[in-house]
Amino acid sequence: MMPVVELRGARKRFGEVEALKGVDLTIGPGELVALLGPNGAGKTTSIALMLGLRRPTAGQARLFGLDPNDRRARSRCGVMLQESGTTGVLTVSEIVDVFRAYYPSPLPTARAIALAGLDAKADARIGTLSGGERQRLYFALAVCGDPEALFLDEPTVGMDVETRRAVLESIRSLSAAGKTIVLTTHYLEEADRLAHRIVVIDRGVVIADATPREIKSRIPSKRINFRPETALGASTFNGLPVQNLEIADHRVHLLSNEPEAVLRALFERGVVVRDLEVTGADLEEAFLGLTRRP
Amino acid sequence: MTTPAVAPVLNMLLAQTRSELLMRWRVPAFSVTNLALPIVFFTFFGLPVAHVRRADGVSIGAYLLASFGAYAVGNVMVYGFGIGVANERGMKIDRLMRASPLPPLVFMLAKVLTALLFSLVALVLLIAFGIVAGGIHQTPAVWATIIVRLLAGSLPFIALGFAIGYWSGPNAAPALANLIYLPLSFASGLFVPLNQLPAFIQTMAPYLPTYHYAQLAWSALGAGRESLGVSLLWLGGYTVVFLTLAVRSYRREERAKFG
Repeated sequence: MMPVVELRGARKRFGEVEALKGVDLTIGPGELVALLGPNGAGKTTSIALMLGLRRPTAGQARLFGLDPNDRRARSRCGVMLQESGTTGVLTVSEIVDVFRAYYPSPLPTARAIALAGLDAKADARIGTLSGGERQRLYFALAVCGDPEALFLDEPTVGMDVETRRAVLESIRSLSAAGKTIVLTTHYLEEADRLAHRIVVIDRGVVIADATPREIKSRIPSKRINFRPETALGASTFNGLPVQNLEIADHRVHLLSNEPEAVLRALFERGVVVRDLEVTGADLEEAFLGLTRRP
Repeated sequence: MTTPAVAPVLNMLLAQTRSELLMRWRVPAFSVTNLALPIVFFTFFGLPVAHVRRADGVSIGAYLLASFGAYAVGNVMVYGFGIGVANERGMKIDRLMRASPLPPLVFMLAKVLTALLFSLVALVLLIAFGIVAGGIHQTPAVWATIIVRLLAGSLPFIALGFAIGYWSGPNAAPALANLIYLPLSFASGLFVPLNQLPAFIQTMAPYLPTYHYAQLAWSALGAGRESLGVSLLWLGGYTVVFLTLAVRSYRREERAKFG
């Protein structure tokens, strides 16, 4: 089946900075993919290439097998961008109506507004919306054309807990209805809960591309946290399976897949451990483990 | 039945034009300036002399209505596009539109249609005001000729507006539009008839786009200073110049934002 998104050896240079250094990524119909990475990693640039908002310096970007600027490809996509604005003087339903006209078979206006949880604000001028409501409006604009694929760049930024939950619920139901969804997010537990597939991008390259479970198994699963009785140097941990070692304020933080082995070795090396905590590392930490350079 | 791959262009154009009209109408800085300012100016400059006739029989009132009509349409075009486009770039509306299936040409065409409609309303209001408040009489055919010519001849000012909008930012655009359009209008005899202006302005006027634009309306009253062909030639030349500037600024922006 024709992939929805195809980046092949995609590079993007902005002046001196190479934002993408050869990304290969194929996303098929119905996938729900989360792009993760620290700020400036190249997530937004990747989405911009997929949508034709930027042209690759080298390599290729295809959308539904077409040039991303092709109107036939665009007509199958709904988009929510981080850096975009809209007029303040139209009402929510007026602007949703305009965007519906861009698509061949759009949703009813009220349905699109409901998916974004903006029913109460349908007749409000856009200029009067709060930041979170504005985000929801952009979500409504992304879904109003009933597109096959949704591209959501940091969709829940600035939303309160309640709306975030509602929008995530909408994303989940759209995915269940067979839509292809590509999103970037800083709320990593969001990606963990939502996505079928996580693509980790760091410094312009894909460093991991797997299910949330695989990502988790590949990276340190436990976080160890203790106060040593006497000051320690990093050399104490030589040869041990630890990552993200931090020694500060008389406390030691580290991540490991084998916490028992690490602790046993520390005891053997004569380290006296106080206030020990061993907890499960969440995706955020997992992710740090993947992106942190030695 | 299969779903068409893209939305019908006419639907897009109608919806887009409708929203542009609403946006324009709801911003008093645009609607009031575009519709009321020419009438205010005409009240000051035109009403006191509305009943005077030139030696050749041309009504000064009608002459000044034609002048302010030209000013009004150019105003809608230069300010509407100049400030409108610069503002939208400032608010990053262009990025969202760029990612949507709306073709850029339809986006621009909707703006042009909106500006033409606003110009039409501005002209009708101005002329109606001149008839009612100034007792100025011309045949409906003359008024219609003035309106049609001013709308059709507004292309260079649409191009000038786009050039300002893509060249400057949202803060600079209003100042730039004023700095360009007000002196152009004044020096072309749109506010005060040319023969009452200093000699150096009279020498300069025949090189200005607003001068040749106003000729389209003046000549409908038998008060033109050149043939229609000459006016159109000048306006065509200026359209090429302004359009080149607009396209250059647009391309520069394209490379920076979407390259």
